[in-house]
Amino acid sequence: MSNTVKTLAVASAVAAALSAQATVANAQAKEKCYGVALAGQNDCAAGPGTTCAGTSKVDYQGNSWTLVEAGTCEEMELPAAADGSARKGSLAPLERDLPA
Amino acid sequence: MTVPQDLFAAALLDPARPVPEGLTDGAGRAAGRRFDVYRNNVVVSLSEALATGFPVIARLLGPQNMAGLARLYLRAHPPTSRLMIHHGTDFPAFLAGMPQLAHLGYLPDVARLELALRRSYHAADAAPVAAERLAGVGPERLLACRLGLAPALRLVRSDWPIFDIWRFNTENGAPKPRHEAQDVLILRPEFDPEPHVLPPGGAEFVAALQAGQTLGAAGDAGLAADPAFDLAAPLALLIQGAAVISLAEEGQDR
Repeated sequence: MSNTVKTLAVASAVAAALSAQATVANAQAKEKCYGVALAGQNDCAAGPGTTCAGTSKVDYQGNSWTLVEAGTCEEMELPAAADGSARKGSLAPLERDLPA
Repeated sequence: MTVPQDLFAAALLDPARPVPEGLTDGAGRAAGRRFDVYRNNVVVSLSEALATGFPVIARLLGPQNMAGLARLYLRAHPPTSRLMIHHGTDFPAFLAGMPQLAHLGYLPDVARLELALRRSYHAADAAPVAAERLAGVGPERLLACRLGLAPALRLVRSDWPIFDIWRFNTENGAPKPRHEAQDVLILRPEFDPEPHVLPPGGAEFVAALQAGQTLGAAGDAGLAADPAFDLAAPLALLIQGAAVISLAEEGQDR
């Protein structure tokens, strides 16, 4: 490959990355959302090979998180708690709905 | 308790051994069958961890074969780390050494791919170089740069269609595996590792970058492996996969 050909290839790769970036950033960004996962449906920082994913004991457990589309966590509609207080997702661990 | 740790561990993994002498419960009675319960929990949980860590192998072999292999593996390669995420590190080599599985030649390489995906998942985070900065440096100077690659990047080379086999067994409606050798590049742009098939010459290109050669020299390495190699596609893959984390111009530190 001549240097000119290589230079063009590098330029096109960088250009492709630049144009792809905007779409990827908008479409795929995720955030950790606490207090929204149903019992046993939480994600886990440790991942496969551990037994940590899917260990939350109660619905909407405050210290369990799941990945959601970025920007949606705190907007999510959740059923009110048993005592009637409103539930909301959070980007930080919550004190509510912890297993007894 | 007066049972030496190595004796306890050996008895734990081998049901033919007796319950270690001197092992007692809280009331001073011999442990007896309570030790069997513990023994069973250890073996079952590590077997399940192995099947969880190698889901495609487990699916290809079926639950019974996988459970049997997991027990053999556990005794041949007991955990060497407290971290369960490391259980199964020797599983690909173990599979390659099983004469009963020799007719499934691709199994060890598919296991290597699954292990590499898991390691990529647990690798350290690293902030990528922004595409704007790469554009600002310009292609001529980039060719003279050494690229630092993300810790989550993994390269798995194989004589088998490992990506196709992996995809066929993890995605609904995936196409049937093709008859071809496949080199797989694993990138982790966000939270989850993503495998990509590299074109011919791509593995040599990435390996040269990993070895610290300049982008230009790595392009030559790809070209030497395949005359039709074009570095544009694999380089775009690296940049878009957040795998380029530093730039150092020749003769200069990052």
